[in-house]
Amino acid sequence: MRSLVYIIFLGLFTVSSFTGTAQCKNFAKRVCRLDLAPFIHDGNYNAAILTEGEDAELFKTFYAGQEYRIAVCGSESLAKVEFQVLDVERRVLYTNASKNFAPYWDFKVEATQQLIITVKVHDNPGSSNSDKLESGCVAIMFGLKPD
Amino acid sequence: MAIRFVNSKASLVLFFLALAGLFGCASDSSKQDRVEVDAKDIVVDDDVKSGMQAARQIFYSLPSPLETAMILKRSGADYNPEILNPVENISRYTTSKSMALNLGIYSTNLSYASLFDQTQASIKYMTASKKMAEGLGILNAIDNTVIQRLEENVNNRDVIMEIISETFLNTNSILEENDRVAIGSIILVGGWLEGLYIATSLVNDISSADNELVDRIIDQKLSMSTVIRLLEQHNDNADVRDVLKDIKELNTIYDKIQVSVSQIEVVADNSTTTTLRSKNVVSVNPAVFNELKDKVIEIRTKYIM
Repeated sequence: MRSLVYIIFLGLFTVSSFTGTAQCKNFAKRVCRLDLAPFIHDGNYNAAILTEGEDAELFKTFYAGQEYRIAVCGSESLAKVEFQVLDVERRVLYTNASKNFAPYWDFKVEATQQLIITVKVHDNPGSSNSDKLESGCVAIMFGLKPD
Repeated sequence: MAIRFVNSKASLVLFFLALAGLFGCASDSSKQDRVEVDAKDIVVDDDVKSGMQAARQIFYSLPSPLETAMILKRSGADYNPEILNPVENISRYTTSKSMALNLGIYSTNLSYASLFDQTQASIKYMTASKKMAEGLGILNAIDNTVIQRLEENVNNRDVIMEIISETFLNTNSILEENDRVAIGSIILVGGWLEGLYIATSLVNDISSADNELVDRIIDQKLSMSTVIRLLEQHNDNADVRDVLKDIKELNTIYDKIQVSVSQIEVVADNSTTTTLRSKNVVSVNPAVFNELKDKVIEIRTKYIM
């Protein structure tokens, strides 16, 4: 009997995970991608379901001469999403927290650099003293400025 | 082997989480235009909450075929159709590994041709990419309307770049959705290696001063750790392990090249674009560069054969 319940649970959990991923894909494509204009999206897909308090990191090399836009967006269910850009020594080069949680940042590098993008979903102030956790899609997307 | 509940309380919580997800799915299916992700107010105990908060997702992002092509062009590369992978090779690719690698390779060829306004070549490589995607079972990533849109916008490079970006996003996201991220990582590495191959093929003399293309080839040393970590995330996949072995061989040559990176200074002037000011000092001798070039040719030849 327990095995049967376990199998049912696994099936349901798989379906719910799949649905979450599909929704995240649509969110990234139809919402976040718009933040990149007039830059052209590089085509890479970096998105995940995050829960408040969770964070994520992305490692990427940025090339000299190319102008970039980093756009980070979270679904409406989430409180503020903070993103920071760090160098390889983890020194903070930019944080959107000092820009009223702006959803994107435009920059260029004089010399090619590997940088780290950290994303953190802040706790929802309205539920700080309860056991409730909000989850939602967070996407990190890169735009390239055409010539 | 009997499956047991180790912690019935935690399992019960997960069971209700799954139910919440399922009913979220059911209610959402009637709202096809809805794009935001439903947030579920979920109640969990403190142990589960702290466990979830400790999780950290890590992404390793390689330059996409589009970014690779833009870097090539910006660095002064010329268009040379002779060095690209002929579409006649398609029939050779029958395994998942070869189709994934060559989807990446053809995607870079497509981006490269498009940036140099090579319309017929672009359509040819989009068709080749479509066939590779279909072979991998990613049927919806590139449909016939994509080819049609390419044909209708032959004189509009920005639209063509948007189409390429969209198809690559579709491919990546469909693979992620279907839990096939290992294949996705092979596609990315195939595309990245093709960019390196095109760049090295276009450089004959590294001693010529101020050769930006050489700089960009050497810059790939900074991406090597990202490539390796991306593949290592899927080390349980035999195809990924094969590709990783090749990349590690390439990395041993990059280890002979010295790149010294200075501290970054953030320059935020009045413009909307911030500049990250720094200087890289590079040390490479021609013999090592040629060794690198030979290794790239060797790996790429293996992948397209």
